Amino acid sequence: MTDIAATASEFAAPEEAATVSAHTADASISIPHALRAEVRNLSFWYKEFQALKGIQLPIADRKVTALIGASGCGKSTLLRCFNRMHDLYAGNRYDGEIVLKPEGENIVSRSVDPILVRMRVGMVFQKPNPFPKSIYENVAAGLRIRGINKRSALDERVEQVLRQAALWNEVKDRLDSSAYDLSGGQQQRLCIARTLAPEPELILLDEPTSALDPIATAVIEELVDELRKNVTIIIVTHSMQQAARISDYCAFMHLGQLIEFGETEQMFTNPGNVKTQDYITGRFG
Amino acid sequence: MSVLLFLAAALSVVVTTSIVYILVSESWSFFATIPLWTFLTDTQWTPVFAEPRYGILPLLTATLWSAGIALVIAIPLGTILAVYLSEYARPAVRETIKPMLELLVAVPTVVYGYFALLFLTPLFKQFVPGLAGFNLLVPGIVLGIMTLPYIVSISEDAMRAVPGALREGAYALGMTRFQTAMRVIIPGAFSGITAAYVLGMSRAVGETMILAIAAGQNPNLTSDPREGAATITAYIVQMSMGDLPHGSLAYQTIFAAGLTLFVMTLVFNIIGFFLRRRFREVY
Repeated sequence: MTDIAATASEFAAPEEAATVSAHTADASISIPHALRAEVRNLSFWYKEFQALKGIQLPIADRKVTALIGASGCGKSTLLRCFNRMHDLYAGNRYDGEIVLKPEGENIVSRSVDPILVRMRVGMVFQKPNPFPKSIYENVAAGLRIRGINKRSALDERVEQVLRQAALWNEVKDRLDSSAYDLSGGQQQRLCIARTLAPEPELILLDEPTSALDPIATAVIEELVDELRKNVTIIIVTHSMQQAARISDYCAFMHLGQLIEFGETEQMFTNPGNVKTQDYITGRFG
Repeated sequence: MSVLLFLAAALSVVVTTSIVYILVSESWSFFATIPLWTFLTDTQWTPVFAEPRYGILPLLTATLWSAGIALVIAIPLGTILAVYLSEYARPAVRETIKPMLELLVAVPTVVYGYFALLFLTPLFKQFVPGLAGFNLLVPGIVLGIMTLPYIVSISEDAMRAVPGALREGAYALGMTRFQTAMRVIIPGAFSGITAAYVLGMSRAVGETMILAIAAGQNPNLTSDPREGAATITAYIVQMSMGDLPHGSLAYQTIFAAGLTLFVMTLVFNIIGFFLRRRFREVY
């Protein structure tokens, strides 16, 4: 309980008080009750350019949190902080904290090995990026690097997550064929299965349906709806409808700042900030 | 304009076919006199002696020894270097090392040859007992160094051409750099890496000057790389410089040896082609 109280108080008195809306301040409504992670005063620089400015954001356990905002607002940048993807490129710098609950380790701290972070936080990308291997080996890849090589254990887990990713029936007879024989939507579900296999605590989805047709998109959205029962999901999306359909909480970002955070339903029916209102009604962005 | 381009393209085809034609037709008359079986199994190669023998084996084994030594060095070293440059090195390091390595290509092979004969062989004699002045070992090693830049350059290009999205996907799963390289990048670049190996092999088998200088010109069927032995290429260059009567059997041996070389490289290329088809992982 102390955790929640602390979060609430932090949100009641954010640094950028002027830009944060009434809803965010009204902690009793919008602050989730069980947290999987929490972003505390996070700033991020690409070399000299500051892409994130003092972000405060709670991530609810086993819920879907959507990050929305216009292109260049920093939502993908924020998402990629959760698994330290920025570490792959020189000159990037984090300041502040992202803590994973319950033990509260700051995963953007320089003393934390990014590989260990990525072992706990999975990610699905904008464009499906299966490895140039068989369907089976794609799903098994994350398990193999964690030392699971026993055929029976792999078989079992591969089937389990392919079922979870709603792909099993389509691929069960051709597990050994190349992942590139699949359609775009199937490839993306394969990537989701690959991410699910090592049982991550948190899954990051970076516009996972932007390269897919409406039908494939609907399948993925259904899948996300199913997954939230067991895993925590953060999704970046360009589509307001998608955010409204599949997320429980929603964070609106603008120019590297978090403008508004709250329950999705509330934010879409009664946004607290003019900018949020303009964005979600399509007046800009 | 398109006529000009067509002529340019046609020229390369014409040149290639005429080389093959001459190789085959000159060898044809050679094999009319010397049975192919004798050519492939006789253990002596003495075409200009009073009692000539025409067994390609001594030349062939020397070629295989030197090329084999070269590849045993160049393939592992080249692959490791390529992985380092493509996956580990910072851009500044890569932009320094790669041009330097590619500069090795610009070293004339005659320089490599004398480097092997006059510098490395005396050096190696100190710790390789029984190493002859002309030998297969040292030129083989130097040949490996010469082949290295081809292998590094082409396989590194292939590794870097593997899409960044695959790399990010691998890292996002929790792979280390090494795991990413071994499990995603090398399989993804396999086609280009094989092409690099095949090219390296062809270069090593066809290399002339280093072997002619440092391995000696004496056809010698040997299983000991510390001895000197003439390779196919060394023999061809030696005979071409002599004044053999045009059309004589000794003259035709040049073409028979050349054809052997051609068939060898062709076989390597075909093997490479099937390897690529079998193991390629398309992305």
